[in-house]
Amino acid sequence: MADNWLIKNGRIIDPKNGIDRQGDLLVLEGRIAAEQTPVPASARVIEASGCWVVPGLIDMHVHLREPGEEYKEDIVSGTRAAAAGGFTAVVCMPNTRPVNDCAAVTAMILERARQGSARVYPVGAISSGSRGRKLAEYGELKEAGAVGVSDDGLPVRDSQLMRRALEYAGDFGLAVISHSEDPSLSTGVMNEGEVATRLGLKGIPAAAEAIMVYREIALAEQTGQRVHIAHVSTAMSVELIRAARARGVRVSAETTPHYFTLTDEAVEGYNTNAKMNPPLRSARDREAIREALADGTLDAIATDHAPHSSLEKEVEFDLAANGIIGLETSLPLSLALVRDGLIDARRLVELMSTGPAAILGLPGGSLGAGEAADITVIDPDQTFTYTEDQVVSKSRNSPFLGWRLQGRAVLTMVGGRVTHDCRQA
Amino acid sequence: MATGYFFPHRHILGMDHLSAEDIGHILTIAESFKEISARPIKKVPTLRGNTIINLFFEPSTRTRLSFEVAAKRMSADTFNISASTSSATKGETLIDTARNITAMRPDIIIIRHSHSGAPHMLTRYVDAAIINAGDGTHEHPSQALLDLMTVREHRGRLDGLKIAIIGDIMHSRVAHSNIIGFTRMGSSVHVFGPATLLPPGLERLGATVCSSLGEAVRDADVVMTLRIQKERQNDPLLPSFREYAREYGVTRDVVALARPDALVMHPGPVNRGIELMPDVADGPQSVILDQVTNGVAVRMALLYLVMGNS
Repeated sequence: MADNWLIKNGRIIDPKNGIDRQGDLLVLEGRIAAEQTPVPASARVIEASGCWVVPGLIDMHVHLREPGEEYKEDIVSGTRAAAAGGFTAVVCMPNTRPVNDCAAVTAMILERARQGSARVYPVGAISSGSRGRKLAEYGELKEAGAVGVSDDGLPVRDSQLMRRALEYAGDFGLAVISHSEDPSLSTGVMNEGEVATRLGLKGIPAAAEAIMVYREIALAEQTGQRVHIAHVSTAMSVELIRAARARGVRVSAETTPHYFTLTDEAVEGYNTNAKMNPPLRSARDREAIREALADGTLDAIATDHAPHSSLEKEVEFDLAANGIIGLETSLPLSLALVRDGLIDARRLVELMSTGPAAILGLPGGSLGAGEAADITVIDPDQTFTYTEDQVVSKSRNSPFLGWRLQGRAVLTMVGGRVTHDCRQA
Repeated sequence: MATGYFFPHRHILGMDHLSAEDIGHILTIAESFKEISARPIKKVPTLRGNTIINLFFEPSTRTRLSFEVAAKRMSADTFNISASTSSATKGETLIDTARNITAMRPDIIIIRHSHSGAPHMLTRYVDAAIINAGDGTHEHPSQALLDLMTVREHRGRLDGLKIAIIGDIMHSRVAHSNIIGFTRMGSSVHVFGPATLLPPGLERLGATVCSSLGEAVRDADVVMTLRIQKERQNDPLLPSFREYAREYGVTRDVVALARPDALVMHPGPVNRGIELMPDVADGPQSVILDQVTNGVAVRMALLYLVMGNS
């Protein structure tokens, strides 16, 4: 059997099983072997000294653009970018064309994913067509393989519909992922504040997010159901989530590397690669997000990987599409939090693997014996400049192009199959 | 002007890029050009053989005319493209339009666009010098320069003055450029308007945000009012023009709070009886028509200076 590997001399970090040790990890027939298992002669050696060996990273919020916008990204190219970034699994949002609101689309995505370089877990739509009027059929979505529901990209305007979604999704054990945005307040194109005023761009206030975050918390509290808040960007939202969790509300939340790395200053020069929704916020918001990652208020780092071509980005700032690619920069940007002393390596693995797996009930997030060998080998010291010619995604819309980054996945393995390998000889 | 000074800008995108020295230099050149417009034959050969394109994606009468008059008095060849006749309505992107125009080798493109930052984007795709004739709610540098020129003409200086700007600060590129311009020259800018029309961060731009009309106008050297719009994209900014006129309109009584020799200014077109009362607009302190005259001189100076750098 080809999928026998001995990953040698690495720092094995597995928070779910309370492990942080220096040593070897054996993979037998695509599964993680128990410690002390004799190493067969067929096992090929992966030298991992100086590296971290962690459960495969899971990105719980990506846009793979297939079906419908394959010129931006498709499932094969998107999962290849995921593997290059150290991800063994991605959770794809339903705002494709057509919207993933039924078993047929979910099944099609999973079928295409068999050619991919990472596991793909589709999220179905909350409402039929994500039009915000009636519930999608969660039973058949679940049966086809959906792991949650969301109208991501659009807020659910109708509070009654959201309430019913929480209740009904609960019957099927599906997480409801909220794109929290009050559309009447968010008519702008960047964060409301001094920079927007200076650039003459219309602002989106922090309250546009916080109001909807509070609505979701109130509905979760009212119904006893759980809710997950996507791409948290503001200090106000963080405070609401922290207080809700303290009183036992079942709310989880994710943020993205751009919210803890950049501020609205990045828009300077009308940089459309710094345009996304929610928008990059103030330095104060960024600080609050960083604290919330450290203190456990936020459960996951996702990327909101949103590929767009030059057709959507090389236009006037007001007209440019929202979103940036993130799969290939998430790990180095998150490792900066460790270097800054804000979180430790164990917490990083929780945020990027164990946490997302727990929220969505996915396999993975563990290096326990018998688990599928989804493994990421990270060299925390390797530095590289992120340039356009090395982007694996089909799209190039990143504000981090030209950045000198530190730390990267040198090897990614899904079920014992190597999906990415950039070890230096 | 300092000896050895060299105007360093290829494009005029906003006041934000101009230093006090640059502004002083532009005004001095503009003052020297003003006399040309008073001659019986209002034409000099300075820009003969240069091609200037007015690329206007927003309706404009006075700014476009002013640039065109300025270019013709300098003997340049001018061409006007407005959004209604351009390819914009056929779905062509701004970049494609700009590249096509560039292929005809213009020397200067003067652009007005409803989206902030459009002129900045053009500079990345075309060879010509770009002059921003107003972009979205961002900047309108030639308007601020003609305002500065008008004040300097009447006051003899631009430092130590109190400038009051009243009205829709949020949507006014004129206010934005003037806040930068007047503060950079050493004057203080006091702004006032309904809270719905005051954007955050004005203090960071250098303005003082006042809590009453009286506070803004008292002892001011200049009282500048801005054109008001009642509603924008369903955003309920004001209940009515009637109430705006009553609470925020600049009347003779309001002007009386300023210095006796204060100048009354407005970038035009004026909503008479709403933001500015007719007796004030036409009164002895009004320099609104001087602003228009100086606009031509300032734009001649800008054309001359950017051509000197190509």
